[in-house]
Amino acid sequence: MDVEELKKRIEEALGGLVKGIEEGKGFIDVIVDLDNIVEAASRLKELGFDHVKSLTVIDYPKENRFRVIYHASSYLDEELAKYIVGIGADVPRDNPRMPTLVYVWRGVEFQEREVYEFFGIEFTGHPDMRPLLLVPQLAEAKPLRKEFIVKEEPIIRVKPPTG
Amino acid sequence: MSGDGGRVYVGNLDRSAKRAKDLVMGKLRMGRAVDWATAFSLWPVHLTTSCCGCEFAATWSPRFDAEQHGALPWVGARQTNMILIEGTVSKKMACAVRVTWEQMPSPKFAIAMGACAIDGGIFYNSYNIVRPWEIIPVDVYIPGCPPRPEAVARAIIELQRKIRQKRVVSKWIEEGWRPDKEYVAPKEDPCSWWRG
Amino acid sequence: MSVWVYGEQKSDLKIEGAIARRIAEDLYEVFIGPQHPGSGHMRIIIRVDGDIIVDADPDMGYVHRTMEKLSEGREWIKNIPLFERMAIHDACNVTVSYVIALERILGIEPPPRARYLRTLLCEINRIAAHLYGFGIFGVFMGHSTMYMWSFADREVMVELAEKLTGARLTHSYPIPGGARRDLPQDFPDQARKAVRYFRRRLEEYRKIFLDNPVMRSRMEGVGVIPKKVAAELGVVGPVARASGIKYDARLAEPYDAYDEVEFEVPVFEEGDALARAWVKFEEIKQSLRIIEQAVDWLEKHQREAPMHPKFWERSPPLWKKVFEAEGRVKLLPLMANLKLPPGKAMARSETARGEIVYYVESDGKTTPYRVRIVSPSARNAIVFKYIVPGYRVMDLPTIYGSIDYFPPEADR
Repeated sequence: MDVEELKKRIEEALGGLVKGIEEGKGFIDVIVDLDNIVEAASRLKELGFDHVKSLTVIDYPKENRFRVIYHASSYLDEELAKYIVGIGADVPRDNPRMPTLVYVWRGVEFQEREVYEFFGIEFTGHPDMRPLLLVPQLAEAKPLRKEFIVKEEPIIRVKPPTG
Repeated sequence: MSGDGGRVYVGNLDRSAKRAKDLVMGKLRMGRAVDWATAFSLWPVHLTTSCCGCEFAATWSPRFDAEQHGALPWVGARQTNMILIEGTVSKKMACAVRVTWEQMPSPKFAIAMGACAIDGGIFYNSYNIVRPWEIIPVDVYIPGCPPRPEAVARAIIELQRKIRQKRVVSKWIEEGWRPDKEYVAPKEDPCSWWRG
Repeated sequence: MSVWVYGEQKSDLKIEGAIARRIAEDLYEVFIGPQHPGSGHMRIIIRVDGDIIVDADPDMGYVHRTMEKLSEGREWIKNIPLFERMAIHDACNVTVSYVIALERILGIEPPPRARYLRTLLCEINRIAAHLYGFGIFGVFMGHSTMYMWSFADREVMVELAEKLTGARLTHSYPIPGGARRDLPQDFPDQARKAVRYFRRRLEEYRKIFLDNPVMRSRMEGVGVIPKKVAAELGVVGPVARASGIKYDARLAEPYDAYDEVEFEVPVFEEGDALARAWVKFEEIKQSLRIIEQAVDWLEKHQREAPMHPKFWERSPPLWKKVFEAEGRVKLLPLMANLKLPPGKAMARSETARGEIVYYVESDGKTTPYRVRIVSPSARNAIVFKYIVPGYRVMDLPTIYGSIDYFPPEADR
């Protein structure tokens, strides 16, 4: 099975839910509407993608959106294990809410908590929506958003003393 | 021991005891003996703050065997008198370090291991780290990222030298001088995040 | 009220969470860690009924050093030593997939010699990391001999890595397009000697640890993860393979030289702590095989710069002279301001504790736009929540030790 065939299978399984397929190096992203993401994810799971490798969130402040992608793959199907398929949606930055996928893939529970503290995206229906890694005060600052800036120490060139 | 004038196989016991007492209390001074004894009974607590713990573990492995210098990691904070900060201390960990430090009986010592423990190291601009010297008084710093086990052993020897030369323990007993009192208490309560 | 009182032994330590708390009839909340033996830096909040754990809540983040954020402000090449700090005893495995992701965006493939060199170091690191895991497992179980033996033998592998790269733990060995150093002249003999030593030694490990009746009674049937549950929770590495899932990133998507060397992936069906220890044990044997093959290949083939020709041609003549004299690839000047074309890539590699996944997005600058890391320990942490309840408190160290959880890697 090559990538083209995989795309065809996914499009068949997801039907009209697919908004677009983006191809990266080493993975493909299936973009769906935010409202359909639970439905699309369950169909993807029925296809054999049984676990999530990475819950990736990328912040695009200029376009006022977060891209949330669940990069899934398969353990039990050796053919599908070669591919990483992401199911993603755009979440508006001013209203960061989306339905949780914990009940589709149990493994994302901690990763969703992580996204909640770093980006402030709230997953409705998540059983335990608390910060995971950060102290509560820092989690309010949402450090992985682009507007949170860490100070960088510049390289200062000093002229050697003459004479 | 009885018999002719207390003379036994080892010689005159009364005289030996007096000489020993003079030696310890007079010439050596008991205080120095305390320093000497403390220097060779350092018990680092088993608190691994960060990734330098890999080398911390290797230091007490058979290859490097830091136990020969008179230090062995121990589990409970109540039975230890030395803390080895391994690398970065995050904000969450700062509270644990402080709580562990307060549980340890005095006199107690601290070694900060790795570049991160000196001034952040590779994580100098991270928003989640604390410099260890902000929360506890540090005696010896070890540079390196990570320092080799030999460097850790060297730091233990340095600390022993410091204890004996500065007479940390005997001064504490005689004059109530405490090196950790010279440092200010942490400006911020490291556990403030927990109390909310 | 000041809590921090100097000069007095009694300080107010009434911190919620430092003490056991009664939360219901016959139900207590106990806080374990972050100060505990073994590779600490993690807290598990358990609720116990008698000594049966009814609920466990891993409280992570004690070593969270914000690598994902810091990487956005640093040059591509500077991120390699940064990400290495996740698991310094497994440095090459952790960074190799980041480098592969960069190579995918750049559209280059390292030369075969570089691929074999990386594979060699990856396997050396894997053995060292597995032995580290065994040692910590020994500390958890109170089996001091295991700690002493595996940390002593780990030095053999650490010294091999030191000979190859110059650093005990933080090698920063792979760079986009190749590796940083060629094989030293006397390396093959030393490597073969180490392999022979380990083959003999592993038999003794089996006798004293895996077949030890005392250890078996503590490990057998503890922390069982059925195959279905393992797939559902998305656990990785030896934890998954001990539950019968035949998944290894080296098989699923072969990187470096893994499609050219012969090795097997050990899979066990039991899913308990003993099976996880066995997986690691068998993996050490397979790694020894790969080391032998890689060394043979490297010895047989012509010595050449382990660097992609596109980069190597553009390096100054002095750099080439240094390579001929010392076998060392000096960091190429163009690497400092390496600009990647816009694009995104994902790469995975199999570290000692499981698969690590990098998502790298570039917008054409000298720094990444976003790097997402999901490390094996971060994915295995969910085991604490769903597998630990139901076992006794005394089984917790066994489960913790057997999944080989490494907090700096999980917290990133």
